[in-house]
Amino acid sequence: MTLIIRDLAKSFATEGKPPVEALASLNLEVLDHEFVSVLGPSGCGKTTLLRIVAGLETATSGTVELDGGAVTRPCPRMAMIFQEYSLYPWRNVLDNIAFGLEVKGEPAAERRKVAAQYLDLVSLADFAYHYPYELSGGMRQRVAVARALAIEPQILLMDEPFGALDAQTRNMLQKELLAIWEKTRKTILFVTHSVDEAVYLSDRIVVLSARPGRVRDVVSIDLPRPRDRTSPGFAAIRRYVLDLIEDAAKGQ
Amino acid sequence: MRPLRILLPILLVVGWEVAAALINNPFILPSLTTVIPVLAHPFSTEYTLGSGSLVENAAISLGRVTIGFFMAAIVAIPLGIVMGRSPWLRDFLDSTVELLRPIPPLAWVPLSLAWFKIGMASMAFIIFIGAFFPILLNTIDGVKSIKLTWIEVATTLGARERQVLSKVILPGSLPTIWTGLRVGFGIAWMCVVAAEWMPGTTRGLGYLILYAYNFGQTNVIIAGMVVIGVIGILIDFLFKSIESRWFFWRGLER
Repeated sequence: MTLIIRDLAKSFATEGKPPVEALASLNLEVLDHEFVSVLGPSGCGKTTLLRIVAGLETATSGTVELDGGAVTRPCPRMAMIFQEYSLYPWRNVLDNIAFGLEVKGEPAAERRKVAAQYLDLVSLADFAYHYPYELSGGMRQRVAVARALAIEPQILLMDEPFGALDAQTRNMLQKELLAIWEKTRKTILFVTHSVDEAVYLSDRIVVLSARPGRVRDVVSIDLPRPRDRTSPGFAAIRRYVLDLIEDAAKGQ
Repeated sequence: MRPLRILLPILLVVGWEVAAALINNPFILPSLTTVIPVLAHPFSTEYTLGSGSLVENAAISLGRVTIGFFMAAIVAIPLGIVMGRSPWLRDFLDSTVELLRPIPPLAWVPLSLAWFKIGMASMAFIIFIGAFFPILLNTIDGVKSIKLTWIEVATTLGARERQVLSKVILPGSLPTIWTGLRVGFGIAWMCVVAAEWMPGTTRGLGYLILYAYNFGQTNVIIAGMVVIGVIGILIDFLFKSIESRWFFWRGLER
């Protein structure tokens, strides 16, 4: 299951104004079971890239291929996790997780069983019948992860999923995400604006240039996991990536 | 808080009795002692001079309002959903809706008689007009308030267009639609009284109080008004309790 992004370009047309180029000739290949993060200066089109891969937006030119087939609309082999407001407030936790199975037509008993398994995976078994408003931000994102996993996608697309959380919760969820990733062997394409987060999580970091976004650099991280944020190796990579982004922001 | 809430009604009742005694004219202000027996015998026709008991008339009015109200809901909810989803259709219809909306339902009475003649259809039409706009506008609002992320999540999880409608847009906008139904029913209930004043009507609470006026029975008029008010409160309470049971999540989206 390889994800290949070829010559991707996207411009947004606004009436009476010149079109804004968000992405230009972007090339990227994501391998099986790989954890790839996308970083870049703000407004560089990170989220646009992810949305095109998810099939939520169409590219102006270029292609996204999944195992040789072009992606032009959302497909259940990929699941997206949004930053916030993604749970359905009228559904309890279990029924939120079962949503994907429900639209697929799974019988109620079966989808409850599967949903309960994924609920267990994100350690929220005791909250099956709670409603989203009763959960903390971190818990809600764990439910969102469980809901995405429940449709058994090969690829998880994550759009700043921990961006709205406080630092402690964020670190905890990063740890949990890695554990889930190692257990389920998913491929993860992860958009973030936090260098620290990207270095902590990723096999590779893709640094985009300022708008229009194209791949400026790809940084492979060989540090063994779990990574120690205070180690010199970690700090060095973080420094290096930070410099890349600053250069990118300056347009060098 | 509690004692203060019932203080004014008690004062009003006492003031009423005092005023009734002073005026001493049951046609202008009947004493409570002549109104209570009417209310205490809701199944009796003794006080209503052959125009049916309070309960019978209330049932007829409720039946009429229900028919007009359901017709309004059946038209306004689907139209509101489509208008909420389509900016194009909104642009197309908005000005017309805004033109028709401020016309009071009662202003439609003459046209209604011309179009539907005397009878049930005319009354249902007036009630329809009263309930239609609050339901329509709230439905549009509810659908517009659906978060884009909710829809995108559904499509990435494999939902088809129809499933997005039935599993996201409808449940997500239902609380607001419900508010529209509650407000719409309130207005419909006000309209039914006036609709029953149209010529040719022979039953209903609206008819009853006008009929009682012709016989100088102010106590029956007041009893009828009390019944109209109580039914209005009860139905509003019903809507509200369903709202707090089903839509407890409202305003708590995160």
